[in-house]
Amino acid sequence: MALLDITAQAGPGARLMALLNNARFRSVLYQALTLGCVVLLFWYLVSNTIENMSQRDMSAGFDFLGVSAGFGIGFTLIPYREGDTYLRVFMVGIANTLLVAVVAIVLSTLLGLVVGLARLSSNWVIRNVARWYIEILRNTPLLLQIIAWYFGVFTLLPRPRDSVGWLDAVFLNNRGLYIPAPLVDSGFTVALVALLLGIAGAFAWTRFARREREQAGRIRPVIAPVLALLVVPPLLAALVAGAPLAWDMPQLRGFNFVGGINIPPSFCALIIALSIYTSCFIGENVRSGVQSVSRGQTEAARALGVPPGRTMRSIILPQALRVIIPPLISQYLNITKNSSLAIAIGFPDLVSVWMNTSLNQSGRAIPIVAMTMGFYCLVSLAVSLAMNRYNRAILIRER
Amino acid sequence: MPNLRKTAALLAFAAATIGLSMEASAQATLAQIKARGALNCQVGPSTAGFYSLGADGSWSGMDVDICRGLAAAIFDDPKKVQYQSVTSAVRFTALANGESDVLSRTTTWTAVRDTQLGLEFAGVNFYDGQGFMVPKASNIKSAKELNGATVCVLTGTTTELNLADYFRANNMTFKPVTNENINVLVETYLSGGCDAYTNDKSSLASRRSSLAKPDEHILLPETISKEPLGPVVRHGDANWGDIVRWTLFGMIEAEELGVTSANVAEMAKSANPNIRRLLGVEGNIGEGMGLPKDFMARVLKHVGNYGESYERNVGVKTPVNIPRDGSLNALWTKGGILYPMPFR
Repeated sequence: MALLDITAQAGPGARLMALLNNARFRSVLYQALTLGCVVLLFWYLVSNTIENMSQRDMSAGFDFLGVSAGFGIGFTLIPYREGDTYLRVFMVGIANTLLVAVVAIVLSTLLGLVVGLARLSSNWVIRNVARWYIEILRNTPLLLQIIAWYFGVFTLLPRPRDSVGWLDAVFLNNRGLYIPAPLVDSGFTVALVALLLGIAGAFAWTRFARREREQAGRIRPVIAPVLALLVVPPLLAALVAGAPLAWDMPQLRGFNFVGGINIPPSFCALIIALSIYTSCFIGENVRSGVQSVSRGQTEAARALGVPPGRTMRSIILPQALRVIIPPLISQYLNITKNSSLAIAIGFPDLVSVWMNTSLNQSGRAIPIVAMTMGFYCLVSLAVSLAMNRYNRAILIRER
Repeated sequence: MPNLRKTAALLAFAAATIGLSMEASAQATLAQIKARGALNCQVGPSTAGFYSLGADGSWSGMDVDICRGLAAAIFDDPKKVQYQSVTSAVRFTALANGESDVLSRTTTWTAVRDTQLGLEFAGVNFYDGQGFMVPKASNIKSAKELNGATVCVLTGTTTELNLADYFRANNMTFKPVTNENINVLVETYLSGGCDAYTNDKSSLASRRSSLAKPDEHILLPETISKEPLGPVVRHGDANWGDIVRWTLFGMIEAEELGVTSANVAEMAKSANPNIRRLLGVEGNIGEGMGLPKDFMARVLKHVGNYGESYERNVGVKTPVNIPRDGSLNALWTKGGILYPMPFR
């Protein structure tokens, strides 16, 4: 690819001038110079840090990752024992942080959609309840809300001996929520496969219904078939496999309940506070998106006799999404980063087990902080990328 | 060849400069403190008896007395200290990078900390051990009964590791509830969020003394670990480490010889050569470290000996109430293990 066209007789100096006068070449050169400067600066910072640490007899590097950590962690998604390595602790922290982020993102989106639509309700009471919900919760610090939920609600629950129980299967006390755990056996695997098939079927059906609606103008029911596809195949599979699913029930033994799944109070407080706080912002995003669609659309739909629910689902929201999605990306990133406030109530997320406990126990401040920053950076970029692709997918295509 | 020679000369000059600057930074702690006019002493969030912030904004406690003693030795004025209250997560970093001159905050001496973090432990000013506190109503009498318990523990401390080790060694299970903030942790324990609260026994006693109803909680008899607590300095300045070490030894030695803040002036006239050396009337121990001869006399005049510091801050007459007789922290002549190296 010739950058420019010069005559063969020109000397090297003229050739260089001609190169510098070429806009494309210049822009590439500037980019390269900038990149070079950034790399040099980074290299300088890293080498300077290593030099300073070795002068102070501080161990640098990542060799400590293979060393046994030796402390317990109160809540782990992946198996962890006290003798495991620091690398394992890092993984436990990442898993816990991602769990909080995913659960809070789902809950805050659903809640935000409801609150945002309630703000636009024609009913005075609903409209004002939603408005004050947003105004009060949006304007108090999240850290305070997390601590308030933790101390004001979850630690005030009864002690294990006087737990609130339902059907002898679910228990709630100040050590958290106890729910039965499914025991994995052959029948369970079959049911899981059936469930995955059901999910695939549900997707296929919604695509089919959409095509029917857009091309043939036939309205097919969507919600009932999707629910049926999600529930019926796993149940059938479990019955056919002949092994009814066994449950591991929580039971009071000694100090605490044993068996089942224990969701600690710090997790509950964190999820509730994060979801409610962020739902205010998402609600405002939803409202702005809906209000960005001109009223004429609603009036036209009503004139054609489209019911209000379908108007919202098929006409308003798809157009509103163009306005809702970009700020929504920021909210999802905020949830991921705000989950690090878990440290205030001792939920073992990445910041708590890695940047606090492990840093303290091993004293390797610089590699640990760098790894933590790297993780949050990667997660944020991944969320951003996924949401931007979705945003491009729903843009209005001019026909 | 001249080019090569020039380069070599430049390199030699650079190496010499770097060497000199490292030498300067290594020996400069005392000079820096003198130039600054104050000692930078790192403590932690207020802990009764060891480093607690009074209503008038002044710090007091056993660990604070080491810093006051150092300031007295250098400036003849125990008030020339800038206290830095830092969370435990950044305590070693703040010392290693030069923000603090000395760290004196119930820090356990361990091999990893002493060898891998660029630190040096200068001695032990309190021999402690880890224990458990439980509500009296729980009827638990021994730590062996804690199988399956939920335990509140301060994160990032040796306490957390000892807890895991103890339960693993005894084939028991436990569930930790961790927090870096001791006040949040104790609040969780008091509201029943955990069955037991574990920490160093001195800290448990200190905390129990400040509860609303101290009688409703008991300390279990077991001591599950060794916790030698003491002051810490940076690697690379042996002289400064010596100053901290011998100020601490000097305070213990003074108690052994019966020199107190009240009688230090007349003790200087004593005929006992040990006392004369300690107070700088004979010999030049202080000068060898860049301090005045009578540096221990200054320390004792302003702060007192080890025993005075103990009784004033954590003794039986204080709310913390940790009896000294018969404990590890008694002098070696009285059944304890406080054994200062000879001051000669």
